[in-house]
Amino acid sequence: MNEELTGAEITIRCLQAEGVDCIFGYPGGAVLFIYDELFKQDKVRHILVRHEQAAVHAADGYARSSNKVGVALVTSGPGVTNAVTGIATAYMDSIPMVVISGQVPTNAIGLDAFQEVDTVGITRPCVKHNFLVNDISELANTIKKAFYIAATGRPGPVLVDIPKDVTQQKMTFTYPEKISMRSYNPVIRGNLKQVKKAVELILSAKRPVVYTGGGVILSDAAKQLTELVKMLDFPCTNTLMGLGGFPATDKQFIGMLGMHGTYEANMAMQYCDVLIAIGARFDDRVIGNPKHFYNENRKIIHIDIDPSSISKRVKVDIPIVGNVPDVLKELIKLLKSTKEDPDQTALAEWWKQIDLWRERDCLKFDRQSEIIKPQMVVEKLYEITKGDAFVTSDVGQHQMWAAQFYKFDKPRRWINSGGLGTMGFGMPAAMGVQLANPKGKVACITGEASIQMCIQELSTCKQYKLPLKIVNLNNRYMGMVRQWQEFFHGNRYAESYMDALPDFIKLAESYGHVGIRIERPEDVEGALQEAFKLKDQLVFLDFITDQTENVFPMVPGGKGLSEMILV
Amino acid sequence: MENEAGALSRVAGLFSARGYNIESLSVAPTEDPTLSRMTLVTSGSDEVIEQVTKQLNKLIEIVKVIDLSDGNHIERELMLVKVKAVGVDRDEIKRLADIFRGCIIDVTDKSYTIEVTGTSSKLDAFLEAIDNSAVLETVRTGASGIGRGDWVLKV
Repeated sequence: MNEELTGAEITIRCLQAEGVDCIFGYPGGAVLFIYDELFKQDKVRHILVRHEQAAVHAADGYARSSNKVGVALVTSGPGVTNAVTGIATAYMDSIPMVVISGQVPTNAIGLDAFQEVDTVGITRPCVKHNFLVNDISELANTIKKAFYIAATGRPGPVLVDIPKDVTQQKMTFTYPEKISMRSYNPVIRGNLKQVKKAVELILSAKRPVVYTGGGVILSDAAKQLTELVKMLDFPCTNTLMGLGGFPATDKQFIGMLGMHGTYEANMAMQYCDVLIAIGARFDDRVIGNPKHFYNENRKIIHIDIDPSSISKRVKVDIPIVGNVPDVLKELIKLLKSTKEDPDQTALAEWWKQIDLWRERDCLKFDRQSEIIKPQMVVEKLYEITKGDAFVTSDVGQHQMWAAQFYKFDKPRRWINSGGLGTMGFGMPAAMGVQLANPKGKVACITGEASIQMCIQELSTCKQYKLPLKIVNLNNRYMGMVRQWQEFFHGNRYAESYMDALPDFIKLAESYGHVGIRIERPEDVEGALQEAFKLKDQLVFLDFITDQTENVFPMVPGGKGLSEMILV
Repeated sequence: MENEAGALSRVAGLFSARGYNIESLSVAPTEDPTLSRMTLVTSGSDEVIEQVTKQLNKLIEIVKVIDLSDGNHIERELMLVKVKAVGVDRDEIKRLADIFRGCIIDVTDKSYTIEVTGTSSKLDAFLEAIDNSAVLETVRTGASGIGRGDWVLKV
């Protein structure tokens, strides 16, 4: 117990004590002692990526699909700057993560040393918190704090910057079992008075909507949410980040809302009289222009763990700050104990209205097309995987089609960069998902533009035999950019055409993977089936899709949710 | 806030990143050396101030945030002004300093350095009272504030 350990050994012991079984990283000068200690043990597995951005995305995918804290390890200077995109991605989506970065020795800090960068300064605006460890005596405590801060309250990435000399110094190692911080005490239980007010408002609702976001997924509240919604027979919509929080195949699910949300979900948001927002933050892609955010007067209940999310963009009537599952349990308990029910006649009328909106069939597309429609590929993927795959995506049209057409019944199955919108996220995130779920089927829905932003990770997938299925919806355009240019910039397709594309099949094959090109609609299903039969192989499916297809419905920027462009 | 390196830059960074303005900011350790107290003066609508407060509370190193202007409070700022003081002006400037309960803390045959303490608007008034061309240099600390009466901000 009282042996003296180096800072590097302490770092690894801390990871072991936190139960970390897998980290993602890339070695370099400042972290060589840490890598040396990694080498000498076998409890923490290290996955070597090909670029630090991918290390962080992979740790992110690992965290999102498992609810464990993701861990990445990078070196100083460029190691850190490469990681920044990944850290900002995790920050925007509130993903629990600890990033350990090497730093130049303490006596060289500030002297423009080789591979020196002000890591704490550069990452400050995109982390939940960060630390520079100045002395080995602070190391274990700091790592403990980092894990605690990352995973509690509204989760987020925490960075620990460790100078090289600190990894060499020696000290007796004790890992604190508990940590308490006077300046950080996240609220768990909601204020009971507020919950009681919420119950009254819920019981008075005539046209209610339950609108839920990523907070439900992150806090593992899908069970409580489903119970509440079923109990009340209210319609439920999920944000892009919230998909899987309520089963998409349930008849009470009215689809995703927002810029590319369904007609019925967006209309219900605008015409409801009681809006119950849970673990969501009313962001611009979800509610559009807050000044146009209602067609009828209504009251809003907002449940969220982060007080600063409440009344940020939209003023709410009953705020409840607390951990979502805890608040929902309280809410369910109180609702069960009252003898009252919401007005059933009004509710039936409301459902009738919603069903009329549904009849608009806003997600229809040409199923007879002789060119492959991207929506059809996602539908087939859903059918073949029986809705049970983990699906990651990059950013753009394919991301929206994935969200619209893959029906997620379970939480933590849909992994995408919602807040930051990071192209290049999909494949590295899928690696993390596969490592967290070795038996899971993992598909990465992507496009030919996004996939090229982290294409080097095909090499990592080869090294660790990660049998991802890459579903490349190849329309030879940055599709979403092209769509905006078509709608709002007079069809001037400035720099959105993807010229000089590689032969993705040969590229995949050069890494030892399988590549399949699919050019006809009738071959889509067969190719997908073949891909999933190859259980131990990464299969790169290059679907040559319709170049002109657009994502509908669409709420143009600055408009209200009911001002949709429809097919 | 915790008296830790970097805490101040988190606050400053938050204000610039979210487009809030800082009119003045003064910070120093308290009687408990692990804690610093910062008085920050900003302006905005009620909604903006609510967000500023919530966002500050979210910073890990911030222990407690209060809006002093919610209740009765006392506010003081210190200013040092170096002014030209020759001929007849020497007496006039001395009289003005007395009126504002300022102290002359350094003297040369051409100048006075005056220390004035008070609310920020009192310091503004003093500067307005002195002939602008006489002012050689000013330095101000920004306001420090504390609640009135028995009420105490403790952590």
